[in-house]
Amino acid sequence: MIAAPLLIRNARLVDPLASEPRDASLLAIDGRIAAINPAETPADAITVDAQGMLLAPGIVDFGVFAAEPRACRFGGITRVALMPDGAHPLDQPGLIERAAKAGKPDLWIHPLAAATRALEGQTLAETGLMQAAGARGVATGRTRVADAGVMARVLAYAGGLGLVTVTHAEDEGLTRGAVATTSEMAFRLGLPSAPAMAEAMAVARDIALVEVTGAPLHFRQLTTAAAFDLVRAAKRRGLPVTCGITPAHLLLNDVALGEWRTFARLSPPLRGEDDRQAALAALADGTIDVLCSAHDPRGPEDKRLPFADAAPGMAGAETLLALGLGLVHDGTISLARLFALLAANPARLLGVEAGTLAVGAEADLILVDPDTPWQIDTRRMSARAGNTPFDGLPVQGRVRSIWKGGRRID
Amino acid sequence: MTSSPRPLDPRTPNGHAAFPHRHLLGLAGLQPWELSFLLDEAERWVDQARDDAGRSLLAGLTIINAFFENSTRTLLSFEIAGKRLGADVVNMAVAQSSVKKGETLIDTAMTLNAMRADAIVIRHASSGAVALIADKVDCPVLNAGDGLHEHPTQGLLDALTIRRRKGRIDGLTVAICGDIRHSRVARSNMIGLATLGAKVRVAGPPTLVPREAEALGADRFTRVEDALDGADVVMMLRLQSERMDGAMIPSPREFHALYGLTAERLALAKPDALVMHPGPMNRGVEIDSAIADDPERSAITEQVAMGVAVRMACLDVLTRQRRGVEGWA
Repeated sequence: MIAAPLLIRNARLVDPLASEPRDASLLAIDGRIAAINPAETPADAITVDAQGMLLAPGIVDFGVFAAEPRACRFGGITRVALMPDGAHPLDQPGLIERAAKAGKPDLWIHPLAAATRALEGQTLAETGLMQAAGARGVATGRTRVADAGVMARVLAYAGGLGLVTVTHAEDEGLTRGAVATTSEMAFRLGLPSAPAMAEAMAVARDIALVEVTGAPLHFRQLTTAAAFDLVRAAKRRGLPVTCGITPAHLLLNDVALGEWRTFARLSPPLRGEDDRQAALAALADGTIDVLCSAHDPRGPEDKRLPFADAAPGMAGAETLLALGLGLVHDGTISLARLFALLAANPARLLGVEAGTLAVGAEADLILVDPDTPWQIDTRRMSARAGNTPFDGLPVQGRVRSIWKGGRRID
Repeated sequence: MTSSPRPLDPRTPNGHAAFPHRHLLGLAGLQPWELSFLLDEAERWVDQARDDAGRSLLAGLTIINAFFENSTRTLLSFEIAGKRLGADVVNMAVAQSSVKKGETLIDTAMTLNAMRADAIVIRHASSGAVALIADKVDCPVLNAGDGLHEHPTQGLLDALTIRRRKGRIDGLTVAICGDIRHSRVARSNMIGLATLGAKVRVAGPPTLVPREAEALGADRFTRVEDALDGADVVMMLRLQSERMDGAMIPSPREFHALYGLTAERLALAKPDALVMHPGPMNRGVEIDSAIADDPERSAITEQVAMGVAVRMACLDVLTRQRRGVEGWA
């Protein structure tokens, strides 16, 4: 499907690689960005008047558990990195190939291959064959690989193929059975809990393994001050270590668990206020590389349960951009930095030519009205389930148009 | 807990209703005068549990005891309490496994609600499960123990036992010893007794006494001797068998040697210190038989008797609005 040339004029361009948005027009030809402020436009180009709204790269949502085109379209997401967890873990080339094709052409799904067979943390999966089938990284799944020897081999093998390894960061011994961070709130609610330090323990081990192997490692979600300190120090030493976070851990603390609200049951669990403040600081100082939704829609059968019996996870694809813009509105980060976190950095981790407005990049574009107010409503979401801990929150910023490869998605 | 108009009570500070809550889900959040009100109401039933007035008080009302977790004592106590007040009491024992097979807890709650009970007493193995059900039903709900969260009627019966034996709660030092981490009894007691003015100490092996207990106003000790020193009340908790064999403590005999209530240890407390245990006891593990059976020191059987009185009071108070009791309807 060849898209006609596309000219978007009168836009405020948000390029993650630039420092400030600028007024410009953008020309896309054959699905790629051909020019900024083009001198001439093909006669058959479709012209769009952006009316001064923000034109930004489509969001690359790194590490979702469900790839839902409708929710992604609402949220301005043009690509997702899909976690290998599922009824059938993505541990074979055939499964990867099918997953990679599922969303096209509107949503490009980049599967992350299961790091170990059946995600059991024991034996290496066929990483090279899965890469050939479309895998753009390997992931340990919802838990980490417990055995350090296995993890060292996962890192080394994937690194040799040029793939990033994506891991969960919680020490399984300390967190076994836990559904909350050890705190006054967890004690009052009578919830099994584990100390927040379980995260830094896992991070310390895996940074050591990066030193040993030299292979790139991405912590899908980090949420604690101690873990950010370790990553900050590792980056200073030049190690190929990156990390991500969701809006939930930036905007909520464990008080949100009050009255056993299962929509606030997340993995890793919500932390105390000190850790939340450390996360905001790490977002501002560049320690955090990726802002992601961890999209994981869960229906009543998984959530209308007592807290400890409920499944962790939140539906986040639709709210990622608006909550991210909130961080811009309140001065925590700049617009350019937001789209580095949402698009440029995750695209680089996946090794895809997207996530920027550079000439030659894939024309995955979103037109955003940054000021439109709306209210997050769990009953009115496009995702399969509306399990958001932000129900009722007023937010600003709405996607007006979205293009994948220069072709408008309606 | 939703508020609704209730009569002012002379014992409460100006402007406060006697017990403005629809459910009893926990002792957290209750005011001292609300706890005292329930204890005073229970006091009425201690000596006249079988008087004629009581026998017809809840006549025509249906109370469902829905126990999603095994219980003998608490279930029996609620059943007797309801029957002494003349209510029709139905026990529904729901094995956890059969619930997990299909029907969700919410479905079960809706079913219970459709039966139009006048009060539902619920025990469940998960913290917060009782609150989840209470949110979905139209009648008062009494928490008979939810996970590690709270067991409010146990907290009340312990407070009543202490108040009757000691004449007061305010200013007493209460040492709660054993498995604090996994005990809903400990949480309700820590909250309830602290609200009523007691100084609460918690003690036990560090694996079973989390630091967060201090956030609830308790002083934390890892040497049980330090906690017993000068205590007015010594409350021993039951140690669950699945936690005895190396998971949380090395062995039952080590627990007894280091943390069990022996005559020597009890001598550290006040000479008239009261010994309590929510039962069932592991004799020779958390408590020596000689102490448990000493009528001068032990209030353990009295606690059971107070349990019925407290549950009668709670069932009475929480159904007053439905019964159209003057000033409550």
